[in-house]
Amino acid sequence: MKFTWFNLMPWPHLPDDFRETNRSVWVDIDQALFDPVKCHDVYNDYLDLLEYADQLGFDGVGINEHHQNGYGLMPSPNIMAASLARRTTKAAVVVLGNSIALYNPPLRVAEEFAMLDIMTGGRFVGGFPVGTSMDTNFCYGTIPGLTREKYAEAHELIIRAWTEKKPFAFNGRYTKLRHVNIWPNVLQTPHPPIHIPGGGSVETYDFCVDNTYSYSYLSFSGYLRAKALMDGYWKRVAERGADNSPYRAGFAQTVFVAETDEEAERLYSEHAFYFYNRCLHVYPGFADAPGYRTIKTIQTGALNQYMRPTYTNMTWKDLVDGGHIIAGSPETVRQKFEELIKSLRVGNIFLLMHVGNMPKDLCKYSTKLFAEKVMPHLQDMWPEFADDTRFWCKPLAKRATPAALPAAAPEMVPAK
Amino acid sequence: MITSRKISTRAGTINVFEGGEGPDLLFLHAAGGINAESPFLQALAKSYHVRAPQLPGYGDSDDSDNIHDMLEVTLHSFDVLEKLGLNKPILVGHSLGGMIAAEMAAVCPNDVDKLCLIAAAGLWLDAHPVPDIFTLLPREFPEYMFHDVEAGRAMMTSNLNINDPAFLIPFLVNNARQLGMAGKFLFPIPERGLKDRIHRIKAKTVLVWGANDKLFPAPYAHAYKDSIRGSELVIIPEAGHMVPLEKAEATLAAIARLR
Repeated sequence: MKFTWFNLMPWPHLPDDFRETNRSVWVDIDQALFDPVKCHDVYNDYLDLLEYADQLGFDGVGINEHHQNGYGLMPSPNIMAASLARRTTKAAVVVLGNSIALYNPPLRVAEEFAMLDIMTGGRFVGGFPVGTSMDTNFCYGTIPGLTREKYAEAHELIIRAWTEKKPFAFNGRYTKLRHVNIWPNVLQTPHPPIHIPGGGSVETYDFCVDNTYSYSYLSFSGYLRAKALMDGYWKRVAERGADNSPYRAGFAQTVFVAETDEEAERLYSEHAFYFYNRCLHVYPGFADAPGYRTIKTIQTGALNQYMRPTYTNMTWKDLVDGGHIIAGSPETVRQKFEELIKSLRVGNIFLLMHVGNMPKDLCKYSTKLFAEKVMPHLQDMWPEFADDTRFWCKPLAKRATPAALPAAAPEMVPAK
Repeated sequence: MITSRKISTRAGTINVFEGGEGPDLLFLHAAGGINAESPFLQALAKSYHVRAPQLPGYGDSDDSDNIHDMLEVTLHSFDVLEKLGLNKPILVGHSLGGMIAAEMAAVCPNDVDKLCLIAAAGLWLDAHPVPDIFTLLPREFPEYMFHDVEAGRAMMTSNLNINDPAFLIPFLVNNARQLGMAGKFLFPIPERGLKDRIHRIKAKTVLVWGANDKLFPAPYAHAYKDSIRGSELVIIPEAGHMVPLEKAEATLAAIARLR
């Protein structure tokens, strides 16, 4: 198993009446709710937590990209990744990912991922989301009906830039470059492993199988509701004649660990409610710009945007029983993760362990319990696929270490 | 009596509604599309030999992956005109259709003699930002589109409840398909450089606007009037953006000024 400690980096200072007084946490969120001085501390705490996860032995530390979003303070995850490259030592830095249709030219992603791959000494996993409609269309202005075509072209350019080891011309519709020749180029061969966040379209399943990418379902509604979608994915993998390595799939799960189930509720319920009620308060008009989803996808779920689970009246018990969150004692959490891993057949888990407005120390408590009392029991869930290295990074055996900072800058004396 | 026929273009098979007798008139529909029952189409057919092609992605026309931008849809519209064997018909466009019609007249000023732009998209005024139709929920459409919101809602839903899945599901599927295509010209800002070409229009031009257009309000009508030499602006009272539906006869009277 590969466990990635993931931080969405939510803004922890949304007011109690946020839902009542704001129409959306995303796209047109009120600037008055933001405070850069507080954000200075928030960033620092969140990076501390990611570094802490590295020290505790998680396989990866994960971050992602969102724009104009009150639950995701990372328009550029690559900046966070660069910071983590220097202050983590073992964990993979998992950038899940860059919305490649948004960059002009998308070569920028090839370059920055190459830099991160090198800075981390090959401890790097990348991702290429199409991006949500909120980010891609409403914040970044990509035309919905052309988003997928633009994405496909950007993908082709990036992979060619990483793998063709000589300059080439690229005549795309959206990007025209006479001399593609990124320098520096990637460390891992043929390139860093790629994970694709998806939401259930068959086209994305095929794209993952065809390119040997891992398919990641990053949902907030938990493993029980994900079963049908993941079954669809595995059915398609089989239809395409690919092997069924669980590392072909990943899943994000919100999780809280305490000494007992009761303690979990007492410590964490406030933060779970903060996330599910305030952070997921998205205006439905932003959820799905016409043309963003394919017609085929819409016909099977036209009313999805109106039929998402409503979290406003959910109790802690509802969240737990519905599998939206996994919470409780190490034993409770272990059992449910075992069920999750088997039922969804996933080798990559993205652990949403910092949730909503959780304070740093509380998050560390939950994280440490998971690392010490849950994770060791789950690491060998797929022994027959232990040798499958296709979907994870391959770090250099000998990696450079940042020098320790001296207490004070030494005085430089010119040589005589 | 409106009939429909299929023509073949580079963009795929296109469905064209046709009816009436009289001078040739090509009608380009708005982003909301058109069907054979459109009261405006019926009204046009009383005085004209009207053809109303459906854009790719609309109604019975094919979806098309080879229309990406304003130039391609403009040339596609000329292709349709050619396939229909029309020579300089009266060119009428509503909203998105008006934007395309204006573009046709600007790109090929010698090929368009008579032009009617009804509540046309295509210009952008910083002082009057157009509402973002791509974020509107179904229930929000009527208030932006119609002067008489209640009557408009009934027209839009064929008297079904707007939250009734029997209305909502086909509406959302249609909306995604249609606005997916329209978005190529309208998203996120419904402006694709017409302002730099509009001076080339030579056609005799009538502009028709609902006095209560909440999508492209009056300043847009005047911006068009100021940009097209010799154009005439007809403002129709008690009408919104859907002026051809709300005031079909008055719209027809305005078009008649081109004859």
